Amino acid sequence: MSIRPPLLAVEDVSRRFGATLALNKVRFDLRAGEVHALMGENGAGKSTLMKILAGNIQRDSGRILIDGREVEIRSPIEAAAHGIAIIHQELNTVRDMTVAENLALGREPRTRFGTLDRRRMDEQAREKLARIHSTIDPRRPLGSLSVGMQQMVEIARAVGENARVLVLDEPTAALSRAEAQELYRIIGQMRSAGVGLIYISHRMEEVWQLADRVTVFRDGGYVGTGTLAQISPPDVVRMMVGRPVADLYHHDKRDPGATVLEVEGLAGTGVGPVNLSVRAGEVVCMAGLIGSGRTEVGRLLFGADPRTAGSVRIGGRPSRPADPFEAIADGIGMVPENRKEQGLFLDHSVEDNIAISSLDRFVAAGVVNRTERRDAVLTQMKRLSLRLNALSLPVKALSGGNQQKAALARWLLRDSRVLILDEPTRGVDIGAKREIYEEIDQLARAGKAILVISSDLPEAIGISDRLLVMREGKIVSELVSEKTSEEEVMLYATGTAAPGGNTGVQP
Amino acid sequence: MNTARDEIAQPKAAAPERVPFDFAKWWDRVGILMVLLALVILMSAIAPNFNRVDNLLNIARSISVNAILAAGMTIVILTGGIDLSVGSIIAVSGVVSVIAAMAGVPAPAAICIGLAVGAACGLINGALTAYLSLAPFIVTLGTMTFLRGLAYTITEGQPIVSSSLNFKDIGNGYLRGIPMPVIVMAVVYLIVWFILERTRYGRHVYAVGGNAEAAKLAGVRVKRVVTSVYILAGACAGLAGVIFAARVISAQPTAGTGYELDAIAAVVLGGTSLAGGRGRILGTLIGSVILGVLGTGLILLNVPFFTQLLIKGVVIILAVAIDSLKQRPGLFRFRRNAPPGMPGQ
Repeated sequence: MSIRPPLLAVEDVSRRFGATLALNKVRFDLRAGEVHALMGENGAGKSTLMKILAGNIQRDSGRILIDGREVEIRSPIEAAAHGIAIIHQELNTVRDMTVAENLALGREPRTRFGTLDRRRMDEQAREKLARIHSTIDPRRPLGSLSVGMQQMVEIARAVGENARVLVLDEPTAALSRAEAQELYRIIGQMRSAGVGLIYISHRMEEVWQLADRVTVFRDGGYVGTGTLAQISPPDVVRMMVGRPVADLYHHDKRDPGATVLEVEGLAGTGVGPVNLSVRAGEVVCMAGLIGSGRTEVGRLLFGADPRTAGSVRIGGRPSRPADPFEAIADGIGMVPENRKEQGLFLDHSVEDNIAISSLDRFVAAGVVNRTERRDAVLTQMKRLSLRLNALSLPVKALSGGNQQKAALARWLLRDSRVLILDEPTRGVDIGAKREIYEEIDQLARAGKAILVISSDLPEAIGISDRLLVMREGKIVSELVSEKTSEEEVMLYATGTAAPGGNTGVQP
Repeated sequence: MNTARDEIAQPKAAAPERVPFDFAKWWDRVGILMVLLALVILMSAIAPNFNRVDNLLNIARSISVNAILAAGMTIVILTGGIDLSVGSIIAVSGVVSVIAAMAGVPAPAAICIGLAVGAACGLINGALTAYLSLAPFIVTLGTMTFLRGLAYTITEGQPIVSSSLNFKDIGNGYLRGIPMPVIVMAVVYLIVWFILERTRYGRHVYAVGGNAEAAKLAGVRVKRVVTSVYILAGACAGLAGVIFAARVISAQPTAGTGYELDAIAAVVLGGTSLAGGRGRILGTLIGSVILGVLGTGLILLNVPFFTQLLIKGVVIILAVAIDSLKQRPGLFRFRRNAPPGMPGQ
């Protein structure tokens, strides 16, 4: 060990929840001025460790040292006093207050008379934002900013409080590319300023771009640490999964059949007109930047938003759903982008969550046949290798990957002909990702028409037969997945290349 | 079938399953029943004549109006809504049904008219809430005032007494020694229980309260469900209004004043979350009984009316506090946090 002790050291920390050992003697250390990526599948214990560092929960045993001195972190306030700041996946800001008010929260400057000193508050906010070279107007309501800019405000707050250890939990999950680039710039800047950054992410290329070292946890245990020179992405995946993983996206060649979904001139507020088609047994992926209109197209097809023009046919029959209920009757199923807010009933059981859209199948005279329902749900759970004894657990008790499988199982049970999957693997660990990809492939082979929306480019290209690139509400390119590259997709998505494609057909 | 997939799946499927004692779950199931039992034992011990059969039947009859209101209120609250107008609906439906009866409408029809008036009022609440996306608190605050005004307007502010009221038996009669209102109450609870627990519609009610956006995207017709729950609550209030009018053999424009709050108290006591999506109808019944037992017991003990209010207020807050504290990790560390085999995220 070097003469200088590390900025932060975690030694043999354990934490038990009920019968589960969530952390089993894990180690982790962070030096000043480094980015240390922490990787692992969902449930590996990363978040538990972060909660301990944030003072939200206490460790059962082990030691935490800052600058070589053992410390106790009994509350978030004590964590802040030790210079630890955490940027959560779900942002911790008040949307209805201005940027300056958010930055000053809890330590608002006051005038001599004890009233709020707005001018000083705005000045301080400007200073804090200037430290990360951000030009956000402190008087804007936070809710009017994009998610990326809101995150900048949170980082500015952490920097303003002189945080020495900054934890970033999946920070780019909801960011556009440009916003992510901006974030990388700030991370670089903080690193040179001597801040230690713990970077939690599922995105391998991102980690390789940013991090100095990587530590992997698995099932609550420490697996290993290495510099980027010492280990490769496949090594990390192997460490995370515990066994070698073949090509994540591999699928045998599919042989699409007749066209199932035909869309002509579909338009809604801010999107369209859009033409597209998906054949039985085909996986078509909509790529593009966040805000390019992909989710909106999905919602229009599903009747979740009103359409202003266009015709949709499913198996030759016109589909004009006024709401999702009618879309489902037309044979469409959709897994929405945000499973916690739009997809699932977190407090309700896994069984209820899966069965909700298919209850008519188990109903005679309005009464639900519960045995039939349970058997049908169990069949789908088995198919997606969900633990069967999770049937009556609230869905919020499941890991992200299993929650996503439950959301998917709802439409497997419904047996929808057309499936719209919006960001099907966001925040999902590699093991579950692989299972979801395999299920998508199986569904296609069973003759379903599948439209995937994905911001993960390798995934979008890897799992699909065709790609539709969207930009500013329109499809600007149609690409055969086998013959394209991430670079080509980005050219179209960013508008660097004029609309076109490699299919020989003008979209 | 792909073998790699099985390999990955297996460790999870084979996770050991040893469920520790779950206090929260246990309390959800029987906690409120324990409170009721304790209260009954206490009252039997200290209040004279408490556990005489006629007194118990009296209690049952005295709670029936509030319990029927609370049954409808439970459905509304399960969707995350609230209905403040049910007390005023009692007055309007009572007034209308009494006037109908006096005009020569036969008893069953008069009862149905009262019920229909309630349902119609509920339709207004529901349509405004669902289709104009107005906050139910405000909508029903408005209709509460409006309907009270309507009751006064129809009666010109005076009670309408009808000593030969043809449907008075539904308030005062007995069937095999059991008061009629109690039988009606039991039937209402059976029906509501059946709707919530056994029908597709019931699952949709829970889904809307659990997450309205997710419900919409799962194919639940949220607006229809929201409208319908207010209609059901209105119908329950209409029925309660008929019973109330029958009890007092007259139409009172002041009938049911403040009853909406007692109904909400019973629902909350019964463990239903005001945020929607969680709760059970049997809890509401027990909540109503607790309020009734407490009220009657305190009267038997000759506790002054003012003090009764103090005690009732404390009991409501206590019950809700227990319900909230049990959700807090650390208080009962051995449960909840994370189920076995699934470490917290």
